[in-house]
Amino acid sequence: MTTITETQQVSIAKAPGPWSVFVRVASTIWSNGKARIGLIVLGLFVVIAIFAPLIAPYGASENGFDRSSDPTWEHWLGTTAAGEDVLSQLLWGAQVSIFVGLVAGVLSTLIAVLIGLSWGYARGFGGEVVNFVVNLFLVIPGLPLMIVIAAYLSGGGIAMIITVVVITGWAWGARVLRSQTQSLRSRDFVTAAVFSGERPFRIVFREILPNMTSLIVGNFFGAATAAILAEAGLEYLGLGDSSVVSWGTMLFWAQNSNALLTGQWSLLFAPGLCIALLATSLTLINFGVDGISNPRLREGKTR
Amino acid sequence: MTSTTAAPRGVEGKSRSVAEDVPLRTQGSGRAARNALYILRKLGLFVLTLWAAVTVNFILPRLMPGTPADAALAKLAQNGPVSDATKAAIEAQLGVPTGNIFEQYVTYLHQVITLDFGVSYTFYPQTVSELVSTALPYTLVLVGVVTIIAFILGTLLGVLAAWKRGTWLDTLPTLSGSFASAFPYFWTALLLLFFAGYVWRLFPTSGAYGPTATPNLSFGFLGDALYHAFLPALTILITSLGGWILGMRNTMISTIGDDYVTFAEANGLKPRVVALRYAARNAILPNLTSFGLALGGVVGGSILVERVFGYPGVGYLLFNAVTNQDYPLMQALFLMITLSVLVANFLVDILYGVLDPRTRR
Repeated sequence: MTTITETQQVSIAKAPGPWSVFVRVASTIWSNGKARIGLIVLGLFVVIAIFAPLIAPYGASENGFDRSSDPTWEHWLGTTAAGEDVLSQLLWGAQVSIFVGLVAGVLSTLIAVLIGLSWGYARGFGGEVVNFVVNLFLVIPGLPLMIVIAAYLSGGGIAMIITVVVITGWAWGARVLRSQTQSLRSRDFVTAAVFSGERPFRIVFREILPNMTSLIVGNFFGAATAAILAEAGLEYLGLGDSSVVSWGTMLFWAQNSNALLTGQWSLLFAPGLCIALLATSLTLINFGVDGISNPRLREGKTR
Repeated sequence: MTSTTAAPRGVEGKSRSVAEDVPLRTQGSGRAARNALYILRKLGLFVLTLWAAVTVNFILPRLMPGTPADAALAKLAQNGPVSDATKAAIEAQLGVPTGNIFEQYVTYLHQVITLDFGVSYTFYPQTVSELVSTALPYTLVLVGVVTIIAFILGTLLGVLAAWKRGTWLDTLPTLSGSFASAFPYFWTALLLLFFAGYVWRLFPTSGAYGPTATPNLSFGFLGDALYHAFLPALTILITSLGGWILGMRNTMISTIGDDYVTFAEANGLKPRVVALRYAARNAILPNLTSFGLALGGVVGGSILVERVFGYPGVGYLLFNAVTNQDYPLMQALFLMITLSVLVANFLVDILYGVLDPRTRR
């Protein structure tokens, strides 16, 4: 009798710790060719953002150079109409985009997880109410809502932009995670957990949640991409704090100081290219995220 | 191309918002009654959502610090001294301290129903409804026509991509489609404007018609308007085409795998007939819902593109209202944009129920 229970206990695998989960997720993403390119590009931008004070030849709003000059040896990408160095602005601007993408991505994913999972697990009237609210947020057009809220919260700077992006961005993830939770809810391991007397909170966040790692990670990268694009768009429209140096405000000033007329292609081209590259790198990473929970989508299966 | 997350978020979300929760009910009696119930249910939900959206539009301005009248008066003071009568009139019109929140709400609902949003702060003597009705035709024609073209072209290319899977006809549009969603589309617009407008001087750089033209229905004016609309239209087409291709391709690939398609092929039907009349016909269903929603979104215009090209549509008007803190105009525009999306959503729900009987509960 005792020997049998002992072997049974041994055969139960220990739940992996958070660190080993992270390593496994990261190596799965890395093993995908497209995702690897994305990770390298993203890493490059993160390094630029962190070391901008060291790399950038001048300060972000340091002015007093020649105005609207073309690329020279002193200013590789020329200067703005206010006499600032474009390359320095570009390097400092990485900080804003990375920061907004990270924070807004984490926040909207967090809300999506909390609402999506509890909404998917719970049954009853509460679910209908949440359903209504989520549908409302999904159906109200995103950009106009963002712009209108930004107008009411005018002068809030980056914190305001993050708030606006999170308010308009969480519902989609909540909807996706909810349907996945609903399908997992009726699986045997959940029933077993219910019968063993676990509390709903634990079932949802310790039993069901780990099965949705790829959805959650994918949701994060999707939300971060959307946040970076939305931030750039809002700042381009001049709805952010236009004294903050970011890629969006660079484009705002480029249009408002007639860089189109003076033919300063670098001022138009460079910030937009950076936004596009950063957002594309996140999209590429998402190709690898699919492989986390579905081994069939991993390496070597690219058709 | 195994990833599904690479599909543009908007398109996927829209198609799923309607197609989810599809119950598989067996056929039974009382079919007409169930259809009526389905429409009633959707109608009830529509009215409830409409009320919620209208209420959100009421609450939003009241969450901000300061009263709308302060902003209005500050705005008017820029144009010259404001007489006491004007000041009193504006405060009375905006109902600043008069009445509690419920009375304000009733007044607001009355405004909404009668479509009377008062006078714009920015374009002072003009009323909000005048401004909106001037801007609306430009947006409807520009964004509407391009949306229809993009849908038709994108769907055809999507069918082609799925049918010729693995060839360049598939990989080229799919790859560019996935990356299009990661591109800031106002940047695409800026680049087009810079090169085609300023460097090569092929197209006008802003506005909907030349500085000397007056809007009328003559051929000369229409040609001029078309000339001005070309660059904005091209931008919208480039940035929206990828989503349609990808959406159609993905649903098409799953229908191609279905038994009835294999059966049709085994019967010796021509590949073109199988692709278009059998596979594409079913695959287009979820994309039709996205198309309906996109048509609803036409009224909102394309804010960023209209801003880049200074195109005087609804999106540009909203941009002007927001930068000038013109609250009446902003409220009316936001309400109109939301309303058209809601109506489109409702119609698509009903249409989907007609086209796909499985949707009806």
